[in-house]
Amino acid sequence: MTCSRRDFLKEAAGTAAASALPLSAFVLLSPEEARAAVADSKARYAFLIDTNKCIGCGLCVKACKIENEVPYDAPVTRNWVERYIITKDGKVHIDSPMGGRDGFLDNNMYGEEIDPEDIAKTFFVPKGCNHCDNPPCVQVCPVGATYQTNEGVVLIDRDWCMGCAYCIMACPFGARFFHPVHKVADKCTFCYHRIKKGLLPACVQACAFGARRIANLKDLDDPATKVIMTERVAVLKDLYGTKPHAFYLGLDHDVR
Amino acid sequence: MTDDMIVHGVEWTVKELFVYPNEFIYWAIQIVMYPFVTGLVAGAFVLSSLYHVFGQKDLKDIAQFSLVFSLALLPVAMVPLLLHLQQPLRGIEPLLTPHFTSAIAAFGIVITVYGLIVMAEIWFVYREYFVAQIQELKNQPGLLSFLRRSVYRVLTIGASDVSDAAIHADKKAATIMAAVGIPTACFLHGYAGFIFGSVKANALWMSPLMPVIFILSAVVSGIALCMLTYIVIKEWQAFWRRRGGSSLEAAEIKGAEMTIITKASKFLLAFLVVAIALELLDLIFRGYTAMKSWDILRSVMYGKDFINIFVLQYTLGNIVPVALLLLPGRTLRRTVLALVLILFGVFMMRWNVVIGGQAFSLSFSGYMHYELPIIPHDLATFKEGLFGALTVMALPFIIFWILNKFVPSLARDAEGS
Repeated sequence: MTCSRRDFLKEAAGTAAASALPLSAFVLLSPEEARAAVADSKARYAFLIDTNKCIGCGLCVKACKIENEVPYDAPVTRNWVERYIITKDGKVHIDSPMGGRDGFLDNNMYGEEIDPEDIAKTFFVPKGCNHCDNPPCVQVCPVGATYQTNEGVVLIDRDWCMGCAYCIMACPFGARFFHPVHKVADKCTFCYHRIKKGLLPACVQACAFGARRIANLKDLDDPATKVIMTERVAVLKDLYGTKPHAFYLGLDHDVR
Repeated sequence: MTDDMIVHGVEWTVKELFVYPNEFIYWAIQIVMYPFVTGLVAGAFVLSSLYHVFGQKDLKDIAQFSLVFSLALLPVAMVPLLLHLQQPLRGIEPLLTPHFTSAIAAFGIVITVYGLIVMAEIWFVYREYFVAQIQELKNQPGLLSFLRRSVYRVLTIGASDVSDAAIHADKKAATIMAAVGIPTACFLHGYAGFIFGSVKANALWMSPLMPVIFILSAVVSGIALCMLTYIVIKEWQAFWRRRGGSSLEAAEIKGAEMTIITKASKFLLAFLVVAIALELLDLIFRGYTAMKSWDILRSVMYGKDFINIFVLQYTLGNIVPVALLLLPGRTLRRTVLALVLILFGVFMMRWNVVIGGQAFSLSFSGYMHYELPIIPHDLATFKEGLFGALTVMALPFIIFWILNKFVPSLARDAEGS
């Protein structure tokens, strides 16, 4: 058998190209998994948050941290509650100590005591991931470790995230952080492990006042969906074009 | 604080007023180093191309050196990214599963293509030298010359034809590589600017001018570092030769340097002026349009970061060196000072973009201050601290020292002509 230099180079290049394709890039899917991956889902989940009902107790934050194993005392959290105090002079005071986990027990904001007499209005705004329809975090992930399910839920593959923080930078809502234990990006999963079993997300279940609710936008009989369809709801930071799917009732223009 | 609670960013972030709970300075010193080093790579290559493509003959000496130095800088461009990653062992993933809607996904591909172009150009420039070395080392005894000869044999990849036609073909190929390399180098760095410029969540970064500003300041910093390193090495050599007694040669070296330095300075100034103009345009535009973010941007630029931006970057890093280079009666020493200041200015520009972009909260209602970890007490504070940055800065010189053992970029007859 003869092998010219040209043939040798050709074969060598082919072998190199073939071996460069990692086997791990291929995954065998079961028929159910394949169908689930491409088929249109019967659900599109969204949050419905009624700021009028929130009393800033922080139970949703507590429940989320415990349910999703985010270290309790670490200064990062998948959801949080912000307190807004707008004084009569028009100044906006905002805080969220420990994400509002322990509630808001005094009028002290960054060392400044706010006299109740000076307050024009005050309210709480529960926040978290908006599970955007056009999520910038998914767009910028260089390795595809963060993705959107066909129910609209944005998730992170902990085994594939390399921890570059580009997604954290790209999120206009500050929903993402590095998990202190797993050392990868982390965020609200809509309690995907719970909603897939028909349970409520931990924060929704923990809220005694119905301030946090979950809606399936594809189910027109869903009571929360009906509210979103029929009442005046707003989203945060519409300007960025991310199409957020956390709908707010009673959102003030001062909310950041 | 237990290990469980060490949240990335907490160690060097100080928050003021309302900042979202999850906001920290996630992109720290290594992400300042990344565009800085990438810029040096691109700039060094552009300087070498001025000779190879645009026929600036008097730049030949420094062009040769810049080309090899660019290769020495290239692998170092990846180091800050690896030091920054929370999962550095997964750093290969952008090549395995590139997600092409992400600007970072192209990094592996761009840097590989660029690396191949630089290596190919060096090969074409030095092939004749490699062949000559094989002949020269042929009859020399000793293991070391045998090893050196083996390395050169590998480096020629079997191409030992040194006929006039072959050498002519080499030169032509090197020119083509240099020409193809310029857009690639610009892409390599322009896209580093795109990584920042396309982050729509960040009011300071989001600007279509970002990639252009990055390319221009890259060329500025690359030329400045090459000139600086070139002067230092040449002066060092001249110093030792003078001590060795051959003063004639030393004088000759110095004479050759000044013309090269003057020429390179002109290119440096031209790029610097355009870079400053674009940066100012960006600043004025933001002030004039005064979008929602302008209130907080203004308080950062004109208040908290005033010294960093207007004193250190624009005055000390731009205006002073331009004056030093333009005022008559320039000496080598003054040029060196100007070059150091220019490098510092470009570094501060990177700092003010990366750290400055995280100096305010996404809520526009609070601030974050960055405290660079100096004395490391764990791996994170080393990697993302002063010593991590110094390690990155030292690497190109070590790599260059090794490369230069085999491709003597500082010898006058390197090209064999």
